[in-house]
Amino acid sequence: MTEHTVPFPVNDVRGLFPQLSVPVNGQPLVYLDSAATSLKLGISLNKELDFSSHEIAAVNRGAHTLAAEATEKFDEARATVARFVGARPGNIVWAANATEAFNIVANGFRNASLGQHPVDGRFRLMPGDEIVVTELEHHANLIPWQELARATGAVLRVAAVTDSGELTVDAVRAVLSARTKLVAFPHVSNVVGIVNPVQAITQAAHEAGALVMLDACQSAPHIPLNLAELGVDFAAFSAHKMYGPTGIGALYGTASALAEMPASIFGGSMITYVDYERAEYLPAPAKFEPGTPRLSQAIGWAASLDVLSAIGRDAIAAHERELGELLYELIEPLQGVQILGTRQNVERVGLVCVAVDDVHPHDVGQFLDSKGIAVRVGHHCAQPLHRRLGVDSSTRLSVGMHTTRAEIEFAVESLSQVRAYFGES
Amino acid sequence: MSLESLYQQIILDHNKRKVGYGLGDGGTPSHQYNPTCGDELNLTVRLDDSGDVITGFEWEGSGCSISQASASLLSQEAAGMTVAEFTEFAEGFRDAMRSRGSIALSEEEFGDLAALSGVSKFVARVKCAMLAWVAAEDSLARAQDSLD
Repeated sequence: MTEHTVPFPVNDVRGLFPQLSVPVNGQPLVYLDSAATSLKLGISLNKELDFSSHEIAAVNRGAHTLAAEATEKFDEARATVARFVGARPGNIVWAANATEAFNIVANGFRNASLGQHPVDGRFRLMPGDEIVVTELEHHANLIPWQELARATGAVLRVAAVTDSGELTVDAVRAVLSARTKLVAFPHVSNVVGIVNPVQAITQAAHEAGALVMLDACQSAPHIPLNLAELGVDFAAFSAHKMYGPTGIGALYGTASALAEMPASIFGGSMITYVDYERAEYLPAPAKFEPGTPRLSQAIGWAASLDVLSAIGRDAIAAHERELGELLYELIEPLQGVQILGTRQNVERVGLVCVAVDDVHPHDVGQFLDSKGIAVRVGHHCAQPLHRRLGVDSSTRLSVGMHTTRAEIEFAVESLSQVRAYFGES
Repeated sequence: MSLESLYQQIILDHNKRKVGYGLGDGGTPSHQYNPTCGDELNLTVRLDDSGDVITGFEWEGSGCSISQASASLLSQEAAGMTVAEFTEFAEGFRDAMRSRGSIALSEEEFGDLAALSGVSKFVARVKCAMLAWVAAEDSLARAQDSLD
């Protein structure tokens, strides 16, 4: 914990991102869209290229030297990702992205409910069983459960947030019942940026006999994360928000949950014995990973995580917390600009969504873009939450570890000019 | 690409003082929705008794300044056209919007709509400008169906 004595080396960090040297509209890039996808570390990209250029081979098979070495590197990458989230390698299933990770679990429940596999009753949904989500949900942690409910006759129940975007354990308890089989919720909302009380909610869900799936997409890149400590059964997160490659993410699962959940994608590499009628499967995580895996992406992702660990997770979190505070401090006094969610008495990440009176987010984003500032506009894959908070859409500013105080000041100064530009007083 | 090439004063004005805003009863309103930004528009094309002449456009909706100004300017410039004239007019507008800056809308033919020429260089915004036009074509097609 050195963040109070040593200033965060933000200039050194910036040097690690090739994209930051490419101007936008003739101006230096101010990248405030890390919550959508992060900039990529040059080290991560180079590792990917280097692996594919010099070390490529099919893993987990073949007797040749390259295959053995590639397998070792691939296994190391899984161990790196696991360590990063407080897990063991066997807890990590590779996925295309977090969305796929949610779907692997939803389809696992579905297959268990079809009764085709002898599985633990925890995964078998009967008509009238319940799945709990929250009003904070990103579509990726909502729609798979809607579809699962539709397919099985289960009922989707939605835990309410306060008007200021807070999720309390009481709100979750209010929708738990003896029939709840799963509780899915985000660690950090991608709209209000508040860190939710994961341990308390998980405990309440477990007391009701439900499994827990955590959306860790917005926490994993920004705050230290120990999934084993949090106690969740499943979690999803993705490399592309963690300064690593697109095309790869991970499903975390406890050993018992992964052992009991049926697979839902089938093919080679996941089997022990096959004949024309049936197949037997390897234990997890292999049973969830048929086909040739995302090799270079896994290598590149691990490289990005090594950089985050070397810089220091606590130091990054402290730096970004300061930037988040600064965003609030500077935006709050602006006339006609409303922040979605509260700042009071909550832990937050460096992410703020705003609604500008009488100016559409698309116009806000275009105005900021003309100054080289990249932000997200729209509903950020959270339509129901926007409606819940009383707006159609918003403009989101989200920081990365490369963000500086000067960039935040420039972005908010630019934001303060938006209403005048579009003729609002 | 300068911001001013996108947001000409005419656009900012029409975003504030919207021609044709307000939906009456009846007719064949078309509802259009842009899922990427959540913009919504309801628009009705009004025809005369013969069914050949557009007497006016009525619309309501929420969206960015480009989508709102485009609906307003469409209502201003295309009222009074025959259906055949409008069909050609809409094709010309769509071609310009999809031209990535290579086709400018002439003031002679398109009037104040020429202010939207700059949109075609901002590929992400073309859908915004087209929303009202897609609604107008849809409303018109259904109005004609109901005449048959």
